[in-house]
This record gives sequence, C-alpha cells and structure tokens, in this order.
Amino acid sequence: MKYICLGYLEEKVWEAMSENEQKRFIDECLTYDDELRKNGHMVGGEALQGARTATTVRYKSGRLSITDGPFAETKEQLGGIMTLEARDLNHAIHLMSGHPSTRKGGTWEIRPAADLTGLISESEKRRAIVGEKPL
Amino acid sequence: MMEGSPGHTRLPDSQVREVLDKTYTSESRRILATLIRLLGDFDVAEDALHDAFASAAEQWPEEGIPANPRAWLVSTGRFKAIDGMRRHARFDASLDQVADQLEADTADPAVQIDRSIEDDELRLIFTCCHPALSQEARIALTLREVCGLTTEEIAHAFLTTPATLAQRIVRAKAKIRDARIPYQVPTQSELPDRLDAVLHVIYLVFNEGYSASSGQSLTRSDLSGEAIRLGRLVTELLPEPEVTGLLALMLLQESRRTARTSAAGDLILLEDQDRSLWNREHITEGIALVEQALSSRRFGPYTLQAAIAAVHSEAPTAGETDWAQIVGLYDILLRAEPSPVIELNRGVAVAMRDGPQAGLDLIDSIIARGDLADYHLAHSARAELCRRLGKTAEALSSYERALALTQQEPERRFLERRMKELS
Repeated sequence: MKYICLGYLEEKVWEAMSENEQKRFIDECLTYDDELRKNGHMVGGEALQGARTATTVRYKSGRLSITDGPFAETKEQLGGIMTLEARDLNHAIHLMSGHPSTRKGGTWEIRPAADLTGLISESEKRRAIVGEKPL
Repeated sequence: MMEGSPGHTRLPDSQVREVLDKTYTSESRRILATLIRLLGDFDVAEDALHDAFASAAEQWPEEGIPANPRAWLVSTGRFKAIDGMRRHARFDASLDQVADQLEADTADPAVQIDRSIEDDELRLIFTCCHPALSQEARIALTLREVCGLTTEEIAHAFLTTPATLAQRIVRAKAKIRDARIPYQVPTQSELPDRLDAVLHVIYLVFNEGYSASSGQSLTRSDLSGEAIRLGRLVTELLPEPEVTGLLALMLLQESRRTARTSAAGDLILLEDQDRSLWNREHITEGIALVEQALSSRRFGPYTLQAAIAAVHSEAPTAGETDWAQIVGLYDILLRAEPSPVIELNRGVAVAMRDGPQAGLDLIDSIIARGDLADYHLAHSARAELCRRLGKTAEALSSYERALALTQQEPERRFLERRMKELS
C-alpha cells in the first residue's frame, strides 16, 4: 500500500529557531529520511518553498481566478498531489487551469519546490564530522 | 558618436547635469525595464540603473554626451552589474556562472535595445500587475517600478508607514523571483484577463487619489495624475479599446476635480457643481477617446462608464442632461458586468428620467435583496430620493444609516449638513 504523507509546520516555529537549532533540526530530519529510504519506505518527495510563494488557481463563476497565497478554505478536502515540471509560473498556471478538476470547483495550490542540494550537502558534511568523532 | 570628441574642452557640469536630469525623468523607467530583462532580477537591475547614471555623471563631462543616451546607459548598467557579479564571485562561485550566462545571453544588447524597449515596458507592467501577487503588492510595485515613486511617497499616499510598504515590495519581488513569475507580455489567449488586472490596478490608484477611502482630505491628486500617466503609457504601448476607455473615464472624472469640493473641502454633488469649473481640455480629450473606443465595437465596462461620464460632461446644466441616454448606457453596462453598484447608479438615473418614486422603488428592491445593505452610497441615494418626495422621516433615517457606514470626513460632513437642513 502506498501512502501520501503531507508535512505541515507552522512557519513561525521555524523562524523562531536559532541558526544552530535550524541546522540540528535539518540534520535530524535528513537522517530520518535516509533511514526511511534505506529501508525502502521513502519512495519520493519534494520540499516546498514558503507559503508566501504560493499561488492558488481555480474557476469562479466561469472565469479563471488566480490569487496570491496558499489555499485556505476548509470545506474542500485534499484530493491528491502532483509533481509538475513547468518553465515558469505562467506555464504552471496554464497547465493546472486546464485540469478537469477545476471545472468541478477544484482548486490547485501551486508552490515551487525548494532546491535543497546545498543544504543537504552541508548537512552531510556536518554529520560526517560527528560520525568520525563521536562526542 | 560623441558630441564632444576627445581633445575637446570638458563640458560644463551644469550642462551635463541638466541632460542627465532630463534623461532620468524621461528614460529611467524604460532603462530599468530593459535592465530587468537583461539581468533577470529587479534589485540587481535597480542597482545597475543607479551605477549607470553615476558613471554618466563622471564620464559625460569628459567624453561628451553620447548620441543615444538610453543605449549608453543600458549597456553601461548591464556591464556594471556583470562586473559586480565577477567581483563577488570570489566569495560565491555560483555568481561567476550567472555572470557567464548573462554575458552569453545577449552578446550585444545595444542592438536590440530600441526594438524591444516598448515590449520591455509592457513586460514590466504585466509583471508588476501579475495576479499571483496580492492586490496591495501590485499597486505598490507598479507605483515604485513603473512610475518611479519613492517608497515614502507611496506610503504617504496610502496612509501607511514606509517600513510596511518597503516590506510589501520586498515580498513581492521575492515571490517574483522564488515562484519564477516570468518577465513577459502575456500570450494572446491570456491577454484579456491579464490586461483587466493591469487596468484594475490603474483604476484603483486613480480612485485612491480621487476619493481617498478614509482620512481628512477628499482627494490626493498626485495619485490620480500618476494613474492618468500610466493610462497614457499603456494606451501608447497597447492600444486596446478598453485601455482607451479607461483613460477617457479617468480624464472625464478628473475634469470635475475642482468643482466637486468647496473651498472648505466639502463634497459637492454632480448636479450642484459649478460646471464652468470643469476642465474643458480634459473633457475634449476624454470625449474624443470615448468615441474612439466605442467605434472599435470591442469595448467593455470602462468604455461604457466613460460614455456615461461623457454624457454628463456634454450637459450645460444638470437639468439638461440626457438621462434617457444615461439609463440606456447603464442597461448595456449591466449586461456586460452585472453588479449591484451599477444597478444602484442606474436607479438614480431612472429617478432623474422618470421621477424620484421610480428610482426609490428600484433602490429599495436592491437593498431588500441585501446586496448593498452596508454600502453607504445606497443609503444616501435612498435618503436623497425620499427627501425629494417629502418623506422627511424616512430620509433622515437613511441619512443616519449612511453616516454610520462611512469613514470619510467630507462625506460625513455632507451627510450631517443634509440632516440638519431636514430637521
């Protein structure tokens, strides 16, 4: 059985952490991800950029509505996720506004994926050092 | 091609300063628009713009004023930005790559500068008014980047602090960068919706200047002037009928600015205005633009509103207004854009054509539906019609309701004056 897991975190909690706390938190998360991956549990995933980068696309009285910010209604329930490859935000909006679900009142929140390459390699370096010289 | 070739005497600083000031006023926004395209980042482009003007102030007295100052400034700004990245690349190697890419992208930007400059201005306007940005951010960004207003000026006009406004702009730029909002003019199929968003921003700026939503003063004419300038710019760049219609609407409303408030700052209704104070130049231009937009047969709500304003402008007195034509135009407008506010205005026009009772019936049915129950102008219009019908008690209670719903000082004084006259 495959499960889709959605991670929620109050952005304030992250912002309130000191740089060292943030680093420690990243390292813990990535270590856990590695473990899940090693055991064949983590099939894929993507980190997201902050909610401020979100754009919401839907149809309102027959017209395409594009708004700034994340999807904030409570009546609708999450129906699925999709990883989309698009040139830029206009292209992404164009592709998702053509999705048949939008004709049934469905809404897509479009959020750019975060590039964690640098962050992961830094964390790997930190964890390698800790591994060499256990405290 | 320099006017004063090397060997010539140094040009006086004052002369160069004058040319630079003029160039800055007329060209800086266009140069910025092109630099954003070439450099791919708002902040980098803004720094490049300032560096380019600083270099001009240093070099032009010695080398003479270039034949094409705009091209010189774009090339210099771009060069300075790439050079700056190379210097910073010592600390951040990824910048070297960015600089390589920027240099390879456009081997000779000066060649395409003149050809695509109009597109660059449109790119800037459409990006600043992108629907993925919040309404507030679109307004702030447009006034800052397209109009070149300072953060302080915009904050003052919108009664907020420069810090709040600066943060709004920083966030908008961050979203453009992080969510990758492209720097482009929308495709033909997206154009109508996206142009609507641009016109909406311009009209919001105009209205904020024409009838400030709160505060002591009824108008902030600088913002209206800025909106009209924007309207002219977009009309030039993209002569669509609705752009022309919006420009006409703004000019016709602006023509009544001095007539719509008394020396004491009190509101004067259209029918009571001294029509000799109306700006004839604005009216002539506005009417010509309305006719141009109407003849396209592809007009929309802005053109229709402008046409209604034009009928008012043509009437020598309120009594001589062609109310039948105004009601007819409201009918078309309602079909194009169903809205309770337009219905309300139509109701007032019907009252003028058929008598106050006919208008009152219409307005009562709109309020009864609940659509405009909290809209102060619905209640003040109702009060006015009741007053004309001699229904004093009803008029008073509607004026009271309107008074409770408005924050704008001149509107409040007007309503209080009316109530005093009645009781």
